[in-house]
Amino acid sequence: MTSTPFRPRDWSSHPSFVDPRADGYRSSALRGPTKPLVPIRQSISELTGPVYGHDSVGELDGDLTRNGRRNGEPLGERIVVTGRVLDENGRPQPNTLIEVWQANAAGRYIHKVDQHDAPIDPNFFGGGRCVTDGEGRYRFHSIKPGAYPWGNHPNAWRPNHIHFSLFGPAFATRLVTQMYFPGDPLLALDPIFSGIPEAARERLVADFSIDVTEQDFALGYVFDIVLRGRDTTPMED
Amino acid sequence: MALKQTPSQTVGPFFAYGLTPEQYGYDLTSVADGMVRDDSTAGTHIRIEGRVLDGQGEVVSDAMIEIWQADAQGRYAHPDDPRGSNADFTGLGRQGTGTDPQSRFRFDTVKPGSAAEGSAPHISLIVFARGLPSHAYTRIYFADEAAANATDPVLSQVPAERRETLIASRTDESGVPTYCFDIHLQGNSETVFFDV
Repeated sequence: MTSTPFRPRDWSSHPSFVDPRADGYRSSALRGPTKPLVPIRQSISELTGPVYGHDSVGELDGDLTRNGRRNGEPLGERIVVTGRVLDENGRPQPNTLIEVWQANAAGRYIHKVDQHDAPIDPNFFGGGRCVTDGEGRYRFHSIKPGAYPWGNHPNAWRPNHIHFSLFGPAFATRLVTQMYFPGDPLLALDPIFSGIPEAARERLVADFSIDVTEQDFALGYVFDIVLRGRDTTPMED
Repeated sequence: MALKQTPSQTVGPFFAYGLTPEQYGYDLTSVADGMVRDDSTAGTHIRIEGRVLDGQGEVVSDAMIEIWQADAQGRYAHPDDPRGSNADFTGLGRQGTGTDPQSRFRFDTVKPGSAAEGSAPHISLIVFARGLPSHAYTRIYFADEAAANATDPVLSQVPAERRETLIASRTDESGVPTYCFDIHLQGNSETVFFDV
């Protein structure tokens, strides 16, 4: 086993397990571990992970404007989201599975436990997946998700967002995150977003791009994702 | 180091149709589920069962568990495993805790072999949940591997009084060896989580 270990999770980039703020993310209070993490040396168990390729996704998996259609097109503003998955060393991460899920244009999830009374769109499912190409690039089409209320505090609203799940090259590089949209006034009020250390927050806000925008079809957003990279400093042992 | 890591965010309460769709009855294929083996997978067929409990001992019914493990011979299905992988066994499992009446997760798999010299058989595990802004790593070890556990290099880094939180107890009531692994997110018996 000669695989180089990954750099540690950068806790100046990730939200802490328990939100320390009085007006923070309330449900972390009873769910986040409170004892210090036990550091371990990465072994083959952490340096390996599931392997994916282009045959891992179906034809419509990367097109959320089509994969839930029943009798017409989904409502809302069509978007195309693209970007690169890189590691901390700037290396593209090919063949990385990206799973996405989101609310519809009205801010309603198809999930059975979502009680928000905004309408379900019969032609929008809201889940999909894609795999990065040889240069770490991914791309999917969707509908811009709406904001929705939640119970964290009075009049709490989640900003528009798309959930992302990535594996990367190993179990150690696993990442689940959320992509936000530029200029959203709810970002400043959202305890999940602002639970991220301030210097790192903007990394989750996509850029609008007229170059990515598809004429007469969909607005383009660019969202690059950086996973843990291998430690390039020489080891003493 | 040129770039900074993308921050983690909670998986939230509505992951099921995106990440565990078949388990929850949604119309999308799942990339992984609770059936990690098939009938012909070599090795001892086992079941892993457990719950996720919060700081008040309440079961968490909107958590998602992922496991990653070697096959019965200790081989990972990955090109970096120099022993050559078992193509029939990917070793990835994924289960939400929202479909079982008792909010358990359940994996039908094989007991992993030792993946490296001196390493006790174990399964890597990640907890995701609403209320968990970053995911938490832990490992499942097996109560019936006491000798191997005693010399495992990772277990030996865990304070002795907390090691029990990583060891799944065994019952054979269902006819297949079943290991119980409850995950305590907080509290006196908080599960050991690793900075991997």
